[in-house]
Amino acid sequence: MIFATVGTQLPFPRLVNALDAIAERHDLKIFVQTADPHCAAQHLAHVPHLTPDEFERRASTATLLIGHAGIGTVLTAKKFSKPLIVYPRRFAFGEHRNDHQVATARTLDETVGIYVAWDDVALQELVTKGSLSGPFAESSPSRAALVTRLKAFIEAVA
Amino acid sequence: MKSTGVTRRPAKVLMIASAGGHWQQLMLLRDAVEGQDAQYATTLPGLAEQWQIEGAHLIPDCNRNSWLAVLHSTAMIMLMLLRVRPAVIVTTGALPGFLALVLGRKLGAKTVWIDSVANAEEMSLAGLKAKKYADLWLSQWPNVAQASGAEFAGSVL
Repeated sequence: MIFATVGTQLPFPRLVNALDAIAERHDLKIFVQTADPHCAAQHLAHVPHLTPDEFERRASTATLLIGHAGIGTVLTAKKFSKPLIVYPRRFAFGEHRNDHQVATARTLDETVGIYVAWDDVALQELVTKGSLSGPFAESSPSRAALVTRLKAFIEAVA
Repeated sequence: MKSTGVTRRPAKVLMIASAGGHWQQLMLLRDAVEGQDAQYATTLPGLAEQWQIEGAHLIPDCNRNSWLAVLHSTAMIMLMLLRVRPAVIVTTGALPGFLALVLGRKLGAKTVWIDSVANAEEMSLAGLKAKKYADLWLSQWPNVAQASGAEFAGSVL
């Protein structure tokens, strides 16, 4: 099953509509968490929100993750080593309060296991490709450095 | 500085973040409070338990579109801080974390703002405002740190 999520805060109809069209065209089973109680997609299984438990279960058993370029989504993909297609929200379409998701997506484009769909054509290509590899779940040296700095600060207070 | 050879007392640390990406980043920094007396706070019921954290504090979420929600969050965060009395507050955002820094600092806590890794081009608005209230003010991107005057010490990615 493909699992798509738009995060908890804002609906993302552009992504949901694109997935609806792809699911119909290619007869794909896609489950979407939409953050939208009024979502009327015809060819998707969808719910507005998931409990944290249910979200984890969906993400960990999915074959492929699709999401907005939110960091929660990226970290979930890393946690379960699932390939992730990101479709950034855009300020110009009123999808977020600025274009930080485009900036995030640009930096993510270099990451193994993460694929950026800049438009609906790219999204369809990636979703139907069927052989995307996932990111590595291993801990990064950059994270270790941040933990060390934080630990030193806290120990200086104690 | 305490004398050497004396076992250090664990510091009471409050780790606070909104549900979603902010919380996930906070969870990736848990190793930093190993051995400390750490407590956690977030905005979604059941989330902390999912990370095997018992007794986490639940606070109402808010964003700057609703001042009523901000006031409500502020009051509840204040009550929590008065109960917990943390020596250190660490947050990865967003607005509730910022409120905890502002209030906690007034109560004498040392404060850490770690701007979300989502902000790859510029510091978040809450992050910019947090500068004044953060004893340690971090961005997770070197270019953002340089432009804003924040410290860069690594990132969760």
